[in-house]
Amino acid sequence: MLDINTKKVMKNAYRITKRRGETALRVRTPGGEFPADIMPILTEIATQYGDGNLHITTRQGFEITGIKYEDMPIVNELVAPIIEKLQKHIGVKIDNPKDGYPAAGTRNISACIGNEICPYANYNTLEFAKKIEAAIYPHDLHFKVATTGCPNDCVKARMQDFGIIGMANVKYDQNYCVGCQACVKNCADRCTGALSMHKGKVIRNKELCVECGECVTRCPTQAWTRSSDKRFRLVIMGRTGKKDPRLAQEFATNIDMESIIKIIQNTYDFVEEYITPGKAKEHIGYIVDREGYHEFKKWALKDVKLPEETKIKPYMEW
Amino acid sequence: MGYKMGLKEFDKIFEILSQDYEIYGPKTIEKAGRFSDTNNIRYEKISSIEELEYKEKSLFSPKDVLFPVNETMFNIEGEKLKEIEEEDKKYLIFLRSCDLNAIDRLDNMFLKNGNIEDNYYKKKRQNTKFILMECIESYLNCFCVSMNTNKADNYSMGIKLANDEIYLEIKDKEFDDLFKGCEKENYTVKFIEENQHKVEVPNIEDIKLELFNDEMWEAYDRCIGCGRCNFSCPTCTCFTTTDIYYDENKTKGERRRTWASCHVDGFSDMAGGHSFRQNTGSRMRYKVMHKIYNYKKRFGENMCVGCGRCDDRCPEYISYAKCINLVTEKTREEA
Ligand code: HEM
Ligand code: HEM
Ligand code: SF4
Ligand code: SF4
Ligand code: SF4
Ligand code: SF4
Ligand code: SF4
Repeated sequence: MLDINTKKVMKNAYRITKRRGETALRVRTPGGEFPADIMPILTEIATQYGDGNLHITTRQGFEITGIKYEDMPIVNELVAPIIEKLQKHIGVKIDNPKDGYPAAGTRNISACIGNEICPYANYNTLEFAKKIEAAIYPHDLHFKVATTGCPNDCVKARMQDFGIIGMANVKYDQNYCVGCQACVKNCADRCTGALSMHKGKVIRNKELCVECGECVTRCPTQAWTRSSDKRFRLVIMGRTGKKDPRLAQEFATNIDMESIIKIIQNTYDFVEEYITPGKAKEHIGYIVDREGYHEFKKWALKDVKLPEETKIKPYMEW
Repeated sequence: MGYKMGLKEFDKIFEILSQDYEIYGPKTIEKAGRFSDTNNIRYEKISSIEELEYKEKSLFSPKDVLFPVNETMFNIEGEKLKEIEEEDKKYLIFLRSCDLNAIDRLDNMFLKNGNIEDNYYKKKRQNTKFILMECIESYLNCFCVSMNTNKADNYSMGIKLANDEIYLEIKDKEFDDLFKGCEKENYTVKFIEENQHKVEVPNIEDIKLELFNDEMWEAYDRCIGCGRCNFSCPTCTCFTTTDIYYDENKTKGERRRTWASCHVDGFSDMAGGHSFRQNTGSRMRYKVMHKIYNYKKRFGENMCVGCGRCDDRCPEYISYAKCINLVTEKTREEA
């Protein structure tokens, strides 16, 4: 006599699966990073209440499969310490972690490993992912956000509603340059060929440069440095799926962290205004397509104080 | 004479010194390192003792002050060359013992190598005095003790920073008066007596031609020829000279010298396109032999002062120090 409200179940981050009577719980790990001591909790839930397996989701969370619907309350209680650690601890507002996840529409914020480890990264992607989690979760609207350290885009930021790509904003001091050409050769070989030599010194074509910062990592004398202000390229409305899949396009360059967060928050208001009634999971991208880029832009930039050097795309061609 | 004082008190003296001297020291350049959110430490002008990076070893060396990365030697006007006149500046440089010993290597290379003195180096060098920083620890990769460069005595002042206080040893009479009225303290610089690593340098008589052809050098073909080891080395003095004519006025220009590295492509290129040492393993051999063999044959001491910066910075984890020990082992096998 199993009687459940599937909508409530799904908002609680459980899934209605093909196996009758069994659900699966998605555990959020913002930035895909967490202290290893949450693992025994996952193990306990999976072995005691699940089918003994864990699935690593595309968005870097865990899915614990084969849980009986009846066991949801006890599983919620077991997962509470993880919610405390990974959500409450970083400032996410959750009233009672023992009730499980309060929403599932806004997806886990994924991140490449970033500058804790990766030599190419231009910022701490994990920290930024956690800041965003705290700013936008919990929410039922279907938002996908990811942070990636550099234009290599290991996390596939270009397939998100909001993809955040680190910019190095490199500076060159010719007094330290020995003309070895390491930066020039590497840029031609691995990046965009934005650098060339002129009389023993380097010239940068800013139109071609993507601010990946590889020249900084190559230069033996550190004639290249990164800007100490953190700036990003914000790409928007990328998507996979059946209807018109596409890569996210550049919305802003040279934008700062606070503005990005505000823009994402503003977009929730935009979606609430224009979403098709009754279609709670409508992708933002389709709504933007329908209402037009200019309407989106108007909402997104409301009360955002952009840094002087930020550039917003005046028009958008998807 | 020794003294002790707070940093603020020393800064007043620093200010007085700044009137006569350009003061250089290792400085942390925030977030200017190779990777994001890492720092660089290089020699720059400093204007207070707070700016001095006393705790960490610098990535670049004090040679940058006396032998800049780029230096204009002549202004060119049409067919005429006009030598750059160095302003009459005086320099004070904060450095560690290994680096002070390295200054002696630079002196040999620029002033005592053949009959010609290098004017550009000389003009700066003769107006330079040194402030020795006591090493409170031996850093990763240091092997100064093995190279006998852990000690030095040709410095004007010695300093130690501890608990927000500065201890001073004044050796140069010129500076005596500045410290009148400061609290006296029985302080002299202490030197590092032991490093984590020991390096044994071979006898130059034991280095035979076979060693140059030994297969050991092939292991160093993994060197990417970036030049970090040479550019950070306090004793590398190679440069290349270029005439540059300005875009705005092609009859005017400058003759400029720029650091060169024997690891970087192009170092041994000759007119006509011939180039020696194409594989990087043989460049490693060339560098190592210069540091502990060729230079020693000429000047009677090792060029290398054991600062370990080459090992600190090599992106391919090539250890120059380990290589010397390997060379020494080989000479013993062959003997
Ligand atoms: C009067 C005769 C010669 C003089 C004065 C002379 C002088 C020099 C000098 C000053 C260098 C540069 C060393 C350096 O870069 O530190 C050099 C390099 C070199 N010379 Fe000669 N050389 C002479 C004859 C020759 C001959 C006859 C050969 C070949 C058959 C030769 C082959 C080379 C090679 C291969 C190098 C490059 C060596 C290296 O960079 O390791 N030289 N020579
Ligand atoms: C006994 C005769 C000669 C000797 C021993 C000699 C030796 C040398 C040496 C050692 C170098 C420096 C190579 C280096 O380390 O970069 C050099 C460079 C040069 N030599 Fe000669 N040379 C001789 C004759 C000539 C002649 C006859 C010419 C021209 C007609 C000439 C033209 C040059 C040029 C242009 C360079 C500069 C090459 C470069 O930097 O790429 N040399 N020579
Ligand atoms: S996207 Fe860039 S920073 Fe992130 S892991 Fe890939 S290479 Fe490193
Ligand atoms: S890598 Fe550095 S030193 Fe070499 S050419 Fe580029 S800027 Fe100059
Ligand atoms: S060779 Fe290496 S250890 Fe020796 S002085 Fe140069 S940088 Fe220092
Ligand atoms: S030949 Fe190489 S090791 Fe020797 S001083 Fe020049 S750059 Fe340094
Ligand atoms: S030994 Fe290391 S630091 Fe030196 S040139 Fe080769 S790769 Fe670069």
